[in-house]
Amino acid sequence: MTSNDPPASPTAEAGHILPAAHFDALLTLLHEDGFDVRGPRVQGGALEIGKLPNAAALPQGCSATQEPGAWRLQHTGTPAWFGITHGGMSWKALLHPARTRLWSAERTADGFSVHEDAGPAKPFAFIGVRACDLRAIAVQDNVLQRGPYVDAVYNARRNGAFLVTVDCAEPSGTCFCVSMGSGPAAGSGYDLALTELDAGSASHRFLVRTGSRAGEAVVQRLGLCEATHQDSASAKAIVEGASARMGRSMDATAARATLSANRESPHWQDVAQRCLSCGNCTMVCPTCFCTTVEDTSDLSGDIAERWRLWDSCFTFGFTHVAGGTVRESAGARYRHWISHKLLNLHEQFDESGCVGCGRCITWCPVGIDITAEVAALPQDVS
Amino acid sequence: MTEPLKTLAVWKFASCDGCQLSILDCEDELLAIAGAIRIANFTEASSHVIDGPYDLSLVEGSITTAHDAERIREVRAQSRFLVTIGACATAGGIQALRNFADVAEYRRVVYARPDYIETLATSTPIAQHVKVDFELRGCPIDKRQLLEVLSAYLHHRKPVISTESVCTECKRRGNPCVMVAHGTPCLGPVTQAGCGAICPAFNRGCYGCFGPMESPNAASLADRMAQLGMTEPELQRVFRTFNAGAAAFRAEGERHGR
Repeated sequence: MTSNDPPASPTAEAGHILPAAHFDALLTLLHEDGFDVRGPRVQGGALEIGKLPNAAALPQGCSATQEPGAWRLQHTGTPAWFGITHGGMSWKALLHPARTRLWSAERTADGFSVHEDAGPAKPFAFIGVRACDLRAIAVQDNVLQRGPYVDAVYNARRNGAFLVTVDCAEPSGTCFCVSMGSGPAAGSGYDLALTELDAGSASHRFLVRTGSRAGEAVVQRLGLCEATHQDSASAKAIVEGASARMGRSMDATAARATLSANRESPHWQDVAQRCLSCGNCTMVCPTCFCTTVEDTSDLSGDIAERWRLWDSCFTFGFTHVAGGTVRESAGARYRHWISHKLLNLHEQFDESGCVGCGRCITWCPVGIDITAEVAALPQDVS
Repeated sequence: MTEPLKTLAVWKFASCDGCQLSILDCEDELLAIAGAIRIANFTEASSHVIDGPYDLSLVEGSITTAHDAERIREVRAQSRFLVTIGACATAGGIQALRNFADVAEYRRVVYARPDYIETLATSTPIAQHVKVDFELRGCPIDKRQLLEVLSAYLHHRKPVISTESVCTECKRRGNPCVMVAHGTPCLGPVTQAGCGAICPAFNRGCYGCFGPMESPNAASLADRMAQLGMTEPELQRVFRTFNAGAAAFRAEGERHGR
């Protein structure tokens, strides 16, 4: 049994309260426990996930607008610390890195020796994971850790990670987590789940729910007070408000039937007129897990390396076999991607590959909208 | 018994020499290159020239004169393996802008003695004249890609040179998209990877130095850049730079500016 197992008995029903003024105590504790603490940070006019030394590094006073093909940072002076839903970068960049050297080999007098790179020195602690992204991590867990073949790189980075979620108060214009059943409140799998309450007032605080023994231990060591039922009612109202203001929606059940019935729809050619095949949607998607490997050698031929990189099903190389590329048209590639997200992953892993985060909509340079493309297909009438 | 080193020749056609200089720019690796391959003919580096034939020729520049059209055939004839380096050699370069203009008029306006100038009406890539074994893109080429091509050639393997979009390496590098986050027009989605997404890493849009990617949809990107405020002449101009002569960029340039 590991420390991240669910608690044996429920803790205080309403949760606990972490005053905003004491937020740094949580971060300090995690740092002292040896975690590599990461969280959202504004960098170069965008939101990245970076080292989080203290609460002052959070995107306080900032919000962002999101619409198809556009993400804009706003210095609105909002009192919320977690006022930006998310940026293009997801936690995938840390758990399932974009580029990683799998091994290197060196020629020796009597053959060659192989060196494997060690995993990260410290376990990660993620601060401010959104509900959609928590689901996305669970999807990648299923794919990369739960099957017969465990991905060693992911496993080394994922194991021991401490996840602190923050429920969304203000969804973005491209969010549809309600449709995908993944948010805006965190489901299962977190260590601590926070809801930001009364930002901007003297009582700015976070309602804390615990989701694991490790989370319970942190709450105990911080000596947090129990929350009142009014606190949890406030948190519930925030989440309900966010649910009602989703930027987009999709009938996920109908989408499966629609996609099954429209393999040969002329609509794919319509998408192909707009799709750039640039691969941005797959890179920002927090569940897309495909990789490719590249083997290289140096000039002398004495050192060889194998690197693993994020791949994209929008490239020719992705389906290149003897004789050529299988999915040559952009329409076929888009159909494959959207079908994999909304339909095929159900068949393989019994869950959707889409968590409704909306990143593929926002970060598509030409604003192709997964919800609109599903809606544009003829509905299955059978 | 050790195998004799393969021989390397570097050739210049119509170009700025920047890609050749990328070889000399491999400062840390220069000794390794010299140790792995015999530099037999590289006049930018040494006036000591060893006669051909050569195992590997790197060809920089485009064909803009009748003399060069003849000379590239001679180069091909004495090269076992021929790799073109850079936008000039693979797409005609910036000088391919002449393909859209009246060269006779240029000659009259620019030169005091136009009759001294012998030139073709077009600037064309090497592959339009002789068989090319591999093309390395870029204005200039990327030194890591050059080292990769040399290493692959020496060790009889396929070079790992991606033909996908700049976006793939931009995202892998963790750059926020300049087009989405700032509204900055960027050719990254239609441009071949290889530079490491340098310009977006410095908050600038991609200029398309590496030419069209494997499946470019320049029309869709141009429509989006128009929404972001680019005028028709500006749209024509972004597609008419170092790779103006590459098919996808040429077609898109022709669609705009009227």
